[in-house]
Amino acid sequence: MSMLAQVTEEIAKAGTNNKGLAAIGYGAGAIGPGIGIGYLVGQSVQAMARQPEAAGMVRTTMFLGIAFTEALALIGFVAYILASA
Amino acid sequence: MILASESGEFPPISHLVEWKDLLLGGTPFSINKVVLINVVAGLLTILLFVLASSKKGLVPKGVQHVTESAVGMVSGIVADVMPHDDDHHKYNAKKFLPLLVSMFFFIFFNNIAGIIPFVQMPGTARMALPIFLSLLVLLVSNFYGIKQNGVGTHFKNALFPPGVPKALYLLVTPIELLSQFIVRPFSLAVRLFANVFAGHLLLVIFGFLSNKLMTSDTFALKPVAILPFLMLIFLTLFEVMVAFLQAYIFTLLSAVYIGGYLSPEH
Repeated sequence: MSMLAQVTEEIAKAGTNNKGLAAIGYGAGAIGPGIGIGYLVGQSVQAMARQPEAAGMVRTTMFLGIAFTEALALIGFVAYILASA
Repeated sequence: MILASESGEFPPISHLVEWKDLLLGGTPFSINKVVLINVVAGLLTILLFVLASSKKGLVPKGVQHVTESAVGMVSGIVADVMPHDDDHHKYNAKKFLPLLVSMFFFIFFNNIAGIIPFVQMPGTARMALPIFLSLLVLLVSNFYGIKQNGVGTHFKNALFPPGVPKALYLLVTPIELLSQFIVRPFSLAVRLFANVFAGHLLLVIFGFLSNKLMTSDTFALKPVAILPFLMLIFLTLFEVMVAFLQAYIFTLLSAVYIGGYLSPEH
């Protein structure tokens, strides 16, 4: 029980000064979208190289995919601002 | 104003985007720098198209060339992601071209204000404008979806996607409800806001750093200021790209969201 109280105390203490934690959280949140966008663009380039006549369509879809993937990282960024402000 | 903060500490984030009321302070209609930028961006959009249509040449030049390229680009988006015009559609996808093109220019002018000297505050770096625009898209897409298919079919298509086993609707419908009417407008707004705001923050950080180094008391640190300054120039150019790209992506996603509801009954 005393350990639980200690943990809650630690969390409460962190809550008052959580800028560093927020930054770490954002960094962690950017890993997934980073991998995702890299994979997505890589595959799109491959598709465009294999079939140049479909480049326009692939590009539009690529931007759509980037926009959706990027949203996760951006929500992390907003969460960082909310936590550190 | 921001860079000249005397304390020498990096200013808190709220100081970078909150501006004093210039007019009508205290009322809900108070006007500060950001509102002013929004209004000017709207007026510029109108002015651009008035200018472009006042002198119509066979060979587009100057303003006319800019607007014609933009209209061409957005109609390319519309052709790519909105349902094609045929007998099943009450609403030609081309009907939304004016909305999308003016939205594109409005967002672009708001974004580009972040790098214009002495303005240097993007109008979209406050949440108010992106959330307004994304609610507008939500409203327009649902309005025309209902007009196209009727209220019942519109929400049936949206919430009960066809081809899903009946039992799965228990799972699918709440997810669709959440994703289409809450997550979708939220992420549309946050995407624009966070991209532009992050760019603004980067510019401030490097501007602040080069200013600090240049005015530092240690003489040896002064030449180092050239490094963040070069980065600042590079980032300013990068921001031009971001301003364009975010306006483009917002327009593209609006077209996708509006077009998604325009399909006829399944």
